[in-house]
Amino acid sequence: MAVCVAVIAKENYPLYIRSTPTENELKFHYMVHTSLDVVDEKVSAMGKALVDQRELYLGLLYPTEDYKVYGYVTNSKVKFVMVVDSSNTALRDNEIRSMFRKLHNSYTDVMCNPFYNPGDRIQSSGNLGISLSCRAFDTMVTSMMIQVC
Amino acid sequence: MEWRRSYGRAPKMIHLESNFVQFKEELLPKEGNRALLTFPFLHMYWTECCDTEVYKATVKDDLTKWQNVLKAHSSVDWLIVVVENDAKKKNKTNILPRTSIVDKIRNDFCNKQSDRCVVLSDPLKDSSRTQESWNAFLTKLRTLLLMSFTKNLGKFEDDMRTLREKRTEPGWSFCEYFMVQEELAFVFEMLQQFEDALVQYDELDALFSQYVVNFGAGDGANWLTFFCQPVKSWNGLILRKPIDMEKRESIQRREATLLDLRSYLFSRQCTLLLFLQRPWEVAQRALELLHNCVQELKLLEVSVPPGALDCWVFLSCLEVLQRIEGCCDRAQIDSNIAHTVGLWSYATEKLKSLGYLCGLVSEKGPNSEDLNRTVDLLAGLGAERPETANAAQSPYKKLKEALSSVEAFEKHYLDLSHATIEMYTSIGRIRSAKFVGKDLAEFYMRKKSPQKAETYLQGALKNYLAEGWALPITHTRKQLAECQKHLGQMENYLQTSSLLASDCHLTEEERKYFCQEILNFASQQSDSLGHKIVLPMHSFAQLRDLHFDPCNAVVHVGGILSFEITMCSQMPVPVHVEQIAVNVHFSVEKNSYRKTAEWLTKHKTSNGIINFPAETPPFPASQNSLPALELYEMFERSPSDNSLNTTGIICRNVHMLLRRQESSSSLDMPSGIALEEGVHVLKCSDVTLEPGPNRITFRTQAKEPGTYTLRQLCASVGPVWFVLPHIYPIVQYDVYSQEPQLHVTPLTDSLLAGIPQKVKFTVTTGHYTIKNGDSLQLSNAEAMLILCQTENRAVIYSNTRAPAPGGESDMLGTPEPHRKHKDKQKTGHCMVTTDHKVSIDCPWSIYSTVISLTFSVPFQTTHALLSAGTRKYVQVCVQNLSELDFQLSDSNLIDTGDSTDLHLIPLNTQSQQRISSKQSVFFVWELKWTQEPPPSLHCQFSVGFSPTSEERLSVSLKPYTYEFQVENFFTLYNVKAEIFPTSGMEYCRTGSLCSLEVLITRLSDLLEADKDESLTESDEYFSTKLMYEVVDNSSNWAVCGKSCGVISMPVAAQATHRVHMEVMPLFAGYLPLPDVRLFKYLPHHSAHSSQLDADSWIENDSLSVDKHMDDPLDSSSVKSRGSVHSTSSGEHKGLPMPRLQALPAGQVFNASAGMQILVIPSQDDHVLEVSVT
Repeated sequence: MAVCVAVIAKENYPLYIRSTPTENELKFHYMVHTSLDVVDEKVSAMGKALVDQRELYLGLLYPTEDYKVYGYVTNSKVKFVMVVDSSNTALRDNEIRSMFRKLHNSYTDVMCNPFYNPGDRIQSSGNLGISLSCRAFDTMVTSMMIQVC
Repeated sequence: MEWRRSYGRAPKMIHLESNFVQFKEELLPKEGNRALLTFPFLHMYWTECCDTEVYKATVKDDLTKWQNVLKAHSSVDWLIVVVENDAKKKNKTNILPRTSIVDKIRNDFCNKQSDRCVVLSDPLKDSSRTQESWNAFLTKLRTLLLMSFTKNLGKFEDDMRTLREKRTEPGWSFCEYFMVQEELAFVFEMLQQFEDALVQYDELDALFSQYVVNFGAGDGANWLTFFCQPVKSWNGLILRKPIDMEKRESIQRREATLLDLRSYLFSRQCTLLLFLQRPWEVAQRALELLHNCVQELKLLEVSVPPGALDCWVFLSCLEVLQRIEGCCDRAQIDSNIAHTVGLWSYATEKLKSLGYLCGLVSEKGPNSEDLNRTVDLLAGLGAERPETANAAQSPYKKLKEALSSVEAFEKHYLDLSHATIEMYTSIGRIRSAKFVGKDLAEFYMRKKSPQKAETYLQGALKNYLAEGWALPITHTRKQLAECQKHLGQMENYLQTSSLLASDCHLTEEERKYFCQEILNFASQQSDSLGHKIVLPMHSFAQLRDLHFDPCNAVVHVGGILSFEITMCSQMPVPVHVEQIAVNVHFSVEKNSYRKTAEWLTKHKTSNGIINFPAETPPFPASQNSLPALELYEMFERSPSDNSLNTTGIICRNVHMLLRRQESSSSLDMPSGIALEEGVHVLKCSDVTLEPGPNRITFRTQAKEPGTYTLRQLCASVGPVWFVLPHIYPIVQYDVYSQEPQLHVTPLTDSLLAGIPQKVKFTVTTGHYTIKNGDSLQLSNAEAMLILCQTENRAVIYSNTRAPAPGGESDMLGTPEPHRKHKDKQKTGHCMVTTDHKVSIDCPWSIYSTVISLTFSVPFQTTHALLSAGTRKYVQVCVQNLSELDFQLSDSNLIDTGDSTDLHLIPLNTQSQQRISSKQSVFFVWELKWTQEPPPSLHCQFSVGFSPTSEERLSVSLKPYTYEFQVENFFTLYNVKAEIFPTSGMEYCRTGSLCSLEVLITRLSDLLEADKDESLTESDEYFSTKLMYEVVDNSSNWAVCGKSCGVISMPVAAQATHRVHMEVMPLFAGYLPLPDVRLFKYLPHHSAHSSQLDADSWIENDSLSVDKHMDDPLDSSSVKSRGSVHSTSSGEHKGLPMPRLQALPAGQVFNASAGMQILVIPSQDDHVLEVSVT
């Protein structure tokens, strides 16, 4: 169960960020933003070593006292960041991986929508053409935040 | 030695250390004893006995007893060592080798394991044998020891696993198991297999964690309740000792708390990792551990005093860091900051929260409650450890000091923060650094030193802005606003406030608060004039669109232009704006009207509405905020011949696209906004901007012609000015000044004289507005008639603003509606081309406009004089040059001279004749006179004409007239030529000479026309010299002998001169006679001129008498054409020559013109040459 899911553009601005409504949204924004440091670090380190391996999952970016932040980067350098409650020990690496894969698939679906401009925020309040795709993405994120995948 | 292990584990070289202990029965391990380190792996029995007797007596018994004891303890690892001495051996040389002691022992004890008995010969001697035996012994010893060790270790591991499997049983204790597995770890550590040792601890760690997790899931184990006791001590990790016996004992006693267990476990892991040269893993694991512990305490619902964990974490972080620093050099640490920085930041965080907890951050310092809490926390730390008591800096001392006073806390906190920021920055984790900086700023704000906080906040804000994180931006701005307010940076504060007031991430109340802050400031300062605060507009309101009226944004001078802008107010409440002003830049352009037209076509689609792209401040880094490329084709032509030089594509908004990202941040905008103080400002006062879109209309009266560019938009609320520094895309309107213009153009290609045609009047009103009753007054020359048709109303084609209807023009007293476009008919008097000027009085000007119209004459007329003996005829040829067909009627020729006895008798039959385009019509009259004819005749030809295509016209058209003059038309000489065949012949024959007789007869007496210099007078007898010439242009005849000659002709009627000459026909057939021409022979005044032989110069062909002198076309205007003959030949140059003058065509009648004579071919001609011409 994720408490915050974020999709971050190549230029490091958020395309999508959603956190559990019960908690302080701002805190997660800061957290996700800060985690980009580690993403950058890992991506640049990976750029040298693992260019062929296509390993998109970056693993645990950094733990905090209460949360664990995981990262995932697509080939187009769009980043997915997921914040998971530390107390939720049931979530292993494999689960996180599969969640990211699901997220990636959903994101790809949005990208496939011809009305979607790459770089636009994913928000269902946008134009009619993409609102459906964005809503689907949103629903998927909601499901990730509710249940263990 | 090599250690082979079961379960396929790789063989390893190990170092096994062993102690030799004297055998005691109580040392043997009892069942269930799990101490592996003190385990007796191998039992040895040493004997020096070499005497069979002694052996039998004592040693054997002893051995048996020992064996039994071992068996009782199920120990099979034993070795019997027999030491042999040569000295003793010598004494017993008689003893058979078979029955040596060794053999006996082997027989007795090692029934199947003969290798369990070793002989050591002369151990104290230095001989090869001794050496050998030692080696053999030691090898054996090692092998057996290792065997035993392996066996026991395996057994131990099995036991341990068995024990672990029992963990679900109720009585199972983790501490017990911990001790067992740690034993194994110790063994591995002893074997220097740190990896394996670490694995043991990791397994324990994982097992424990799993239990905690299970506990959280509701599956609690009894033993775990031990660890759930309230935390009473939080003195942090101890990493300086390899084994923290104190903690270990407490675990053994099952008294350890969770923190104790974790601390101990970690200290062991740390030790092993350091042995393994992996200090960075220590740091990483430490961070995990600390997080984990905090979580576990939470999960297990262990009661922890507030701040206790913070203390523990803080101490632990510093302890780990110090431990790492202790075993690494500076360079290593510097290059591995990435691993340690997490600990630093964690420590900073914890110290901060401690500070807040203990009231060390507040301005007033801690209160009594805070102090109590501090004391409690310090108590929990216990006493400082002896290891670090003497060290100058220890985590313990640091914490104690930091908590002791506000100042000390500040110092430590700042130290830590700065160190953390520095480290983050150095490894490129800017965002983390900014985040820590923001915490620091918060701290400074609490400490009431906003000036220090500001830089951190600005830095963080810049970072968030650059990456477009809306929520952090809002939050940081809010902090910044407070900071700026404290600092008294009004301008910045107002700007931040305006940004916040328009921030949709804030609640309505917050936005209203910030908006009110601006308004309050504005109302307070309004009395003190002077200083105004300039803020960027975009946070206050955004320009959506602009709508021009007239929509082409072009007005003439004096005209009214209005435009309406839609401003979207970002403020949460209605804001009363005292004035909204648009700064307009004025530029004069030479060709403003054309430029405007061009501009208009470009913006045609927008229909006078210009939309402004919505600004999206939270997206500075995204491509979306960048405007789309505006690409245009570009052609560069050479100025001389307008040929294409260069072509390409230019981007109009390159300045928008290529500007630096950082500069797009609006933080330092206020300095960047320059208020333009233009002369042209359009204002709108007292506007209340409601939240959301507002429409504001500006009106202006155009004054000077030129292009006006809207540059800045500025809204003022008291002294606060919100300025939009650049209006983009460029908005312009054009003012032009154009004088009214009148153009008159024919509807056809050219105007023809004489017929009604239409012309178009085009009035470009320009700035003049047509009023009712305005009229155009046309004054024209009489020759040009203006025909008005009452039913023909002018049509107004409007390409500028529609003028007021109803202008009229008076023409010839007939009121006639005329507008800028009007039809007009006129008749023209005719010559070749004529210009007629029309003067038009326009209502907008005191001057008349003079317009010149060019008419061309549709006809070309020529005349000719024809003779038949003495009878004369006048022929008039009318040629139609125009494209139109005409109907000619009423042709007439009258004599305009005064001779009354002259009659012109028309020989034309038809009164109406049609003349098509590019065709000619001839008219002929016969001249008759009764008395002596006048020397010249003046005639006027007139013919009525009308276009055939034209409908019936109301106006009678004037006839076409042509005046001409005919001179010397009376026939003076009759020339008659005759050819006779040679005498005796009936016909002329080719090749035979014929005689040509030319008869020149004077037909009249002396006339006025004769009076010229060729006339010679002698005794009232007049004669004139004539030259005749026989010319055969068609080469039918060969003139034999003289072809010309000069004759003296008496000027008297019927005077005749006869000339004979010989000609020879060259062809057969009816041949026209050769031409005979007559010239007046004008002698030169000098004497010898008469001696000149005329023949001589005729023969040299220099005579250039005009061959067409009898052409009737030029007869009217003939002026001594004959004189054109010149002395062009060089040999006659300078010589006085007699001149020839052609007789006017009318004066000579060639009676034989057109006559032909039959020439028959000569009989001996074999070849008949026939030419058909």
